[in-house]
Amino acid sequence: MRVVVQEAPFDFGAEAEAFASGRSDLGAVVTFTGVVRDTGDAARDRMEIEHYPGMTEKALAKIAEEARTRWSLGDVLVIHRYGALTPGEKIMMVATAARHRKDAFEAAEYLMDYLKSRAPFWKKEFSGTDTQWVAARDEDEDALKRW
Amino acid sequence: MDVLYFAWVRERIGHPKDRIETEAATVNELVAELRAREDRYAAAFADLSALRVAVDQELTDFDAPLAGAREVAFFPPMTGG
Repeated sequence: MRVVVQEAPFDFGAEAEAFASGRSDLGAVVTFTGVVRDTGDAARDRMEIEHYPGMTEKALAKIAEEARTRWSLGDVLVIHRYGALTPGEKIMMVATAARHRKDAFEAAEYLMDYLKSRAPFWKKEFSGTDTQWVAARDEDEDALKRW
Repeated sequence: MDVLYFAWVRERIGHPKDRIETEAATVNELVAELRAREDRYAAAFADLSALRVAVDQELTDFDAPLAGAREVAFFPPMTGG
């Protein structure tokens, strides 16, 4: 299990390639990558992600550990960035490896649902001279209920 | 005790951290003390339903006890991912 919180970009290809490599017992690897989206109407110049150093790492590790107790996983990877990001940049990725795909898919979805609403990150959007904090969505909170 | 603020809570209060001496037994009592400090604190803590709290880096509730706590953080609902 590896949890990384960093400001710098990460190399998705290299991370995906290295993840669970050499583990021929794990027949399924799922990766998910979050990318900064351009909003439909107003151009989003950039985004700044604030986090809570110390708690962030603990919260992510706790979420990953919980996934390991719920599903049969061979390995888990979570990388989440903070700081300034522009549209098209990768914000975060999760990877899960399991013997079978169902565990890998479900665990990846669980990780995503929880780190949206339970990991201490806050996004601020910058569009021209406008700035605003991204509000948490009710759907994201509701998504936790299915687990 | 260190009291930390993040995102718009930090912006509204104007700084990221206060070091305070308090006898507050619960988070709610601490919030009452902070509200009484200055208008900008009262504004930041006007609507607790818009806030979340962590005690010693664990998410908790506003009625949580503060006995032995070293660090309390206030922030809006999280938007990771």
